[in-house]
Amino acid sequence: MNTVLAIARKDLTIEWRTRTLLARVVPFALLVLVLFAVALDSEPLILRAAAGLVWLAMLFATMLLVQRSFDLETADSALDALLGFVSSSSKVFFGKALSLFVQLFSLAVVLVCAAVVLYGARVEGGGVVLLVTVLLTATVGLALVGTLYGVVVANMNGRDSLLPLLALPVLAPLLIGATRATEAAFGSDTIDVSNGWAWAALLAVYAVVFGSAGAAAFAPLAQGDS
Amino acid sequence: MASDTAKAGSDAAILLSGVVVALGGFPALAGVDLAVRSGELVALRGANGTGKSTLLRLCAGLTPLTRGSARVLGVDVATQRDTVRSLVGLLGHDNGLYSDLTARENVQFVAHLVGAGTSDVDAALDRLGVDARVAATRAGALSAGQRRRTALASLVVRRAQLWLLDEPHAGLDSAARSELDGILREATRSGATVVYTTHESDALGATVPRTITLTSGVVARDVMEHSR
Repeated sequence: MNTVLAIARKDLTIEWRTRTLLARVVPFALLVLVLFAVALDSEPLILRAAAGLVWLAMLFATMLLVQRSFDLETADSALDALLGFVSSSSKVFFGKALSLFVQLFSLAVVLVCAAVVLYGARVEGGGVVLLVTVLLTATVGLALVGTLYGVVVANMNGRDSLLPLLALPVLAPLLIGATRATEAAFGSDTIDVSNGWAWAALLAVYAVVFGSAGAAAFAPLAQGDS
Repeated sequence: MASDTAKAGSDAAILLSGVVVALGGFPALAGVDLAVRSGELVALRGANGTGKSTLLRLCAGLTPLTRGSARVLGVDVATQRDTVRSLVGLLGHDNGLYSDLTARENVQFVAHLVGAGTSDVDAALDRLGVDARVAATRAGALSAGQRRRTALASLVVRRAQLWLLDEPHAGLDSAARSELDGILREATRSGATVVYTTHESDALGATVPRTITLTSGVVARDVMEHSR
């Protein structure tokens, strides 16, 4: 556990120094929300689409954060050195995923607040607990999938374009689940809070599956084993 | 060569027999027999593409064995690569440093990973001649020599028993090369085994104890100092 925390702390220290999340990713994600609002230009439509737009912005932002996370590791072949310093490669996977989770969860809170301000979304009663649960489970899933696909493309040419091509299709179930559960938390007419919990449970299963797959596959992917 | 391998026995830091490593179907190592004793300082020479880096990565547990047998520090590389990685320190062409962390933070990070303390970090930086000013400077702003020394401090702090260095002299000026040579000799005196690759015939002057030359993925020459 100490190793996982040390790796996450290292990534977060670098993030704090370079302000990638604050200076680039948060403005980008907010811009996505504003532009969608401008493009849709219909208050009822925007309100209905609010949950989906939040998670679309999260998906795009995840690509930026994952690329940044693995740029740190490939710039001076740090990942090779890091793998040599840990007793189990899965600790590197979970350490990097933990750092991504912290950043993504912070971003998700900002985007939900932005949806409330920009789109007029409302969260009341049991919706608050559901929303917090969805933010937690969905961002854990995003962080795990992002870390797994980040290492897949880490040493490839054109990784900036390959990452979204490979990861976004895999993230489609998470997008659907998170959107439906968040719609329920926002009190949408199309789905109620009780149905939202089923989607939240699906997100938890998704996170467990990719957590297990990532822990098993990270070492051979990072080492380029054939 | 096979008799040398057998003779090395249980004190071998590296013991390879008929090692084949295929990368993308190409045999980067095509049947290597090699024994390196604990505490030896060995230069691994050869042109580009002869398998030097692959040999180091195999011994570091980073590249899988295709055929043959390989034991590093008594551990089977084929089945216990995680264990091998925890015992060996590999420094590749690059230094493996995070440019946004200071030199000290980079070494401190490694110390956290391997369970070493702050005093170990201080001792390693001191041993490698990384002074307080350099230690407080971000790695991205350091010279090539300072970055190399910081990376070597990471190997010291983790108490690696086997140092595997891929062209450690590359990019260093003559003063930094001399310093590095001294560091490598001191590492062997304190019990570590050092294997490094080089293109150059005299990277450690005339006193390199053992030079192994690879050609086309096999050992072509193995020369001990006393036999020159």
